[in-house]
Amino acid sequence: MRSLISPFLNNPFMTRSLIAGILVAVSCSIAGTFVVLRGLAFLGDALAHGVLPGVAGALLLGAPGVLGAAVGAGLMIGGVNLVTRKSRLSSDTAIGLLFVGMLGLGVMMVSRSTSFTGDIVGILFGEILGVSRSDIVQQAIALVVVGVFARVFARPLLMLSFDPEQADIAGWPSRRFETLLLLMVTVCVVMSFQTVGTLLVFGMLLAPAGTGALIARRVWAMMAWGALFGSLSVWAGLLISYHFDLAAGASVVVVAVALFFVVFTIQAVRESLAQRRTGSVAPVG
Amino acid sequence: MTPVLATSDLAVGYSGRPVVEHIDLTLLPGQALSLVGVNGSGKSTLLKTIAGLLEPISGEMKVFGDVPGAAPNRVAYLGQFHAAAEGLLPMQVRDVVLMARYRRRGLLGRLTRADHAAVEASLERLEIGRLATKPLRALSGGQQRRVHLAHVLASEADLLLLDEPTAGLDAGANERYAQLIREELDRGASVAVATHDVRDAARADCVVLLAGRVIAAGAPRDVLTQEQLAHAFGIALLAIPHGDHTDLIVPEDAHAHDEHGMHDRHGHA
Repeated sequence: MRSLISPFLNNPFMTRSLIAGILVAVSCSIAGTFVVLRGLAFLGDALAHGVLPGVAGALLLGAPGVLGAAVGAGLMIGGVNLVTRKSRLSSDTAIGLLFVGMLGLGVMMVSRSTSFTGDIVGILFGEILGVSRSDIVQQAIALVVVGVFARVFARPLLMLSFDPEQADIAGWPSRRFETLLLLMVTVCVVMSFQTVGTLLVFGMLLAPAGTGALIARRVWAMMAWGALFGSLSVWAGLLISYHFDLAAGASVVVVAVALFFVVFTIQAVRESLAQRRTGSVAPVG
Repeated sequence: MTPVLATSDLAVGYSGRPVVEHIDLTLLPGQALSLVGVNGSGKSTLLKTIAGLLEPISGEMKVFGDVPGAAPNRVAYLGQFHAAAEGLLPMQVRDVVLMARYRRRGLLGRLTRADHAAVEASLERLEIGRLATKPLRALSGGQQRRVHLAHVLASEADLLLLDEPTAGLDAGANERYAQLIREELDRGASVAVATHDVRDAARADCVVLLAGRVIAAGAPRDVLTQEQLAHAFGIALLAIPHGDHTDLIVPEDAHAHDEHGMHDRHGHA
């Protein structure tokens, strides 16, 4: 039992990692809930990876990586909107084009410098065990921003998840609020890439919210379940990393995805048993 | 009296390409309008344009004397397809209906007793009060359609735009729907319905028969003639005498087309 808690009590770096990870998990589950409900997983993925050239460019210029990530995300969102509006290509084609383009650009920029290798691993996979107090403050600010966004724009975002046309009819243009949702995702990605990295932050956006979707009956419950499963993943992932000397960020995301499949399997078995009891699938009423 | 809807030489369509042109319509408070035609005839496109979801291609359109979309509190719309029908959205039936009141309260305005009363009344009118706390995704297609209708009624709008509102409803719910529409008209609301159902359309004050263009518009008895319906649906209709009147039945094959490929996710009875 002690081995489940003592690593966090005896090692300040583990305490900081746990706090930063939980802050990431909660903010990602808030934004991720709407990403999952709106079916924007691919765009979220592209956004998470599309920040790479921004971060690489910032590091080359000696600017803060967060600033570069924000510029990269902005270019990604703007590019997808532009291609979707001005061409007849579907949004997934536009997203795919920009996704590989930005990723390729990032790798090209990184290949300019041999001393960059360590940095690129940090960008892609994060350095959750190396988070500082200022990183935690940054994460807390991100959580407050995402939380305030979600509270203030809860009604349009709910209507957008229900039916974009109903949001339009209500005077809340779906395109505008979808962009706002992407800004929320951007805040999560930009503020989280130092903790879990650009490759893995996407897992934190999708896996806990997806797990919440399996069991929640209301959108707010889905967020709460997501935050719980995300935080649990951070705790368990860090422990696995500590005891078995494995990559911490990757361990956190693998646990989050594993939890999804555990809940999914339990749900499937329960539904199967319920069907056997009733003899058929019957709608309510 | 300001018309609820007034169009003049209106053309509607997608991406600058007209689907229906030369539409001249006037709808007054308390009147019902039916848009009749096969899939792809432009019914949904016209309803979406009235709702402000699509820009008119050309011509004029006024909704409550203003441009479409200018009075969100006064217009309610029921589309053919809802994301919620995909089965993912974790929402209870009551929450879905309550969303109809959001527009009145804005982003952060507190929902009032009147809002909750309107929601409960709508649930009861659609006879789904017992399902209020059930997850939407656990309901059958017909039950979900009733929830969407309750959402529209809870908005207490002055103009109801309904696209195939009876798709998926059983006979009893269909009859209940007809009664509810009469009640809405009695309170002074106007209703515009896109439908394949000729019998449903015959109850309206005005019928517009569409087939990529306006074939006929006016009173049901002038528009819903066997000849014009055959023209609109591209097939001969079955005439079944019932005492002093005749029912015109549209065979299933008439519904074979698909409007814009993705807009029609429901089957049609």
